[in-house]
Amino acid sequence: MEWSNVDWSRMLTAMTLGFHIIFATIGVGIPVMICLAEWIGIKKGDSHYILMARRWARGFTITVAVGVVTGTCIGLQLSLLWPSFMRIAGQVISLPLFMETFAFFFEAIFLGIYLYTWDRFKKPIYHWLLSLPVVIGSSASAFFITTVNAFMNTPQGFKLKEGALVEIEPIIAMLNPATPSKTFHVLTSSYLSAAFILAGIAAFAILRGRGGDYQRKALKLTLTAGFVFALGTAIAGDVSAKFLSKYQPEKLAALEWHFETEPGADLLLFGKIDENNEITNAIKIPGMLSFLAGNSFGHEVTGLNEFPEEVRPPLWIHYLFDSMVGIGVFALMISGTYTIIGKRRSSIRNSKLLLMMIISGGPLSMLAVELGWILAEVGRQPWILRGYMKVSEGATTAAGVRMTFMLFLGLYLLLGTITVAVLGKMFKNKPPHVELGERYGK
Amino acid sequence: MDMEILGISILWIFLFGYLIVASIDFGAGFFAFYGRITGHEHVINHLISRYLSPVWEVTNVFFVFFFVGLIGFFPDAAYYYGTALLIPGSISLILLAIRGSFYAFSNYGSRESTLYLFLYGATGLLIPASLSTALTISEGGFLVKEGDKVVFLASKLFTSPYSWSVVVLAIVSVLFISSSFLTYYASRAQDRKALGLVRKFALFWIGPTILASLLVFASLGKHNPGHFEKALDLWYLFGLSLLFFCIAFILLIKGKRYGLSFIMVLFQFFFAFFGYGASHLPYILEPYVTIFSSHTNEAMGYALVTAFIAGLLLLIPSLGLLLRLFLFDADYIKGKK
Repeated sequence: MEWSNVDWSRMLTAMTLGFHIIFATIGVGIPVMICLAEWIGIKKGDSHYILMARRWARGFTITVAVGVVTGTCIGLQLSLLWPSFMRIAGQVISLPLFMETFAFFFEAIFLGIYLYTWDRFKKPIYHWLLSLPVVIGSSASAFFITTVNAFMNTPQGFKLKEGALVEIEPIIAMLNPATPSKTFHVLTSSYLSAAFILAGIAAFAILRGRGGDYQRKALKLTLTAGFVFALGTAIAGDVSAKFLSKYQPEKLAALEWHFETEPGADLLLFGKIDENNEITNAIKIPGMLSFLAGNSFGHEVTGLNEFPEEVRPPLWIHYLFDSMVGIGVFALMISGTYTIIGKRRSSIRNSKLLLMMIISGGPLSMLAVELGWILAEVGRQPWILRGYMKVSEGATTAAGVRMTFMLFLGLYLLLGTITVAVLGKMFKNKPPHVELGERYGK
Repeated sequence: MDMEILGISILWIFLFGYLIVASIDFGAGFFAFYGRITGHEHVINHLISRYLSPVWEVTNVFFVFFFVGLIGFFPDAAYYYGTALLIPGSISLILLAIRGSFYAFSNYGSRESTLYLFLYGATGLLIPASLSTALTISEGGFLVKEGDKVVFLASKLFTSPYSWSVVVLAIVSVLFISSSFLTYYASRAQDRKALGLVRKFALFWIGPTILASLLVFASLGKHNPGHFEKALDLWYLFGLSLLFFCIAFILLIKGKRYGLSFIMVLFQFFFAFFGYGASHLPYILEPYVTIFSSHTNEAMGYALVTAFIAGLLLLIPSLGLLLRLFLFDADYIKGKK
């Protein structure tokens, strides 16, 4: 089958976003962890934590660079690949896009200052204060850009008249029904992923027999934070389910293979579906979907059969949904085990199995972020602007999308490989105890 | 003031901001690479990386600001440029991506790599060349509308003398702006060796810059006589530009007051750039898009301007702090901090 411009545009957008969100997630989450570590270090007068902040910040510069350039790519690709969409929606989404850039600008300025003013102030707390605008800027830009995506899911704040948008209310459009649940979920899951990636690095060193006080402190800090963020993510997920049930019932129904509108709807775990929509091997939790969607087992959940076939999202997103939720539960469990059970029985903190699970937590949570995005995006197919414009109407008519796809594929392969190599080298050459000795004479 | 004029003025100011900060950055990348291969590395590269490291991300934001603002104020323009520039735009993006990330790899990574520095330096000249095509296209003649489709005449762009004269101007101005800034920076650092070298660069690129400007003027007259006529009406702006250029030139030759000389260069480009922009109005993209045909609706226009002002209130003090800590702090520049 020959792919059309729409297909190639979709694939290129998906590829750029898929690559970008790895770095974007890190970019939103890591500053929070750096800020925490430096603060604890200053409060406790413990150079281990200060060094932690320093080393994380150093690795962060590399990921930020890749995040910035891929973010620029997706920013421009919106207009290059979806000009017809931007012509219409650009009228409404330009405010949050603009504000996102401001937040990013703010972050960029203070990140530059933060990275180059270690040891420049008499009082260390002044330097720590510089990390706050970085945290605020990175989280605010995640917030604003997510409102754009939320708008595409639940458009409001305008009227459609003869193919043009009129009576636009920018703020109403930005604060649409999807905004609270989406931004909440994006922020908590980014913090969670960053905490787990850093925890994985410390756990890896301990498992390889290179663990000392530094690694143990790092593990404790990251997993405590990770536990809090995992709880937050779980709450955000619950908020999202309630939102979906009210505003995008077809997405929730597709996620859960829920066909008939009924009260007391079951939650399905795993399972398989065939082309006749027969479900096999699924674990059913009676009434649970109703409970998640409406806080009562008797709540009526809209089924897929209510929607014409051509506006239903594909059913395979159920698998992504289960995996994402599964990873979330896994993250909550291992961080809970480490911080709560590990507090009383410290032997559990040294268990090889737990360390290995912690290491897997980083890549897994990144995977969950990717899966979550795919299901959120595919789940609103065939719409680009739900209820107003289909994806097929928004794509570019220009020739050469396929070639552009190949060019960017090459770019991301190159950047991905070198990033991993550079980061690896950066830290291998100088383990923490060596740096601690050099810097603080210990 | 009308929303359209206000919108385009804001965008033009941002584009000018990008032109300056990006030129310094692009040129510095090229000089850093040149320094490495000619064995002058120890003289200038330290100076360059000390300035660039804290600010490179900020440079990038100016660019993002411009295109996000363009979508916001003039969504139709985004549509035409978006369709037309798929390939050239994507190439610019890839170059920008390579440049930004390789800067980080070579500066923060643990390995000294000439290849990384080469990619960083070479893209510094290719990006201005590729970005300047957007300005060339705005003059009209390189896009045609066939029904609903916008078709980009790439071969026409490649064979146009006007297009090439813009490319040449873009590259030589980058090198001139950058070297005159570095001259100032080196003099602040009281680094006599580096000063001698970058001042030579500035004096070298000053001639090509003025020649290329004249070349662009001449070829614009052939390519778009209407625009050329309007530019002649605004002769005093270009005259001012020339005046500031001469002052900058004299200061550079005399070898003192490099800060003032760089400010003169800023004025030189400011007047030329605004003269060019003003004479191009009301067109954003001849003949399809004018600032009146494509502007955003009133409510969004006000929201954007409000966000813009609020943003500036936040950004100006922050930028001030950044400049104070890294650009105007003599001890930092000298490498003592």
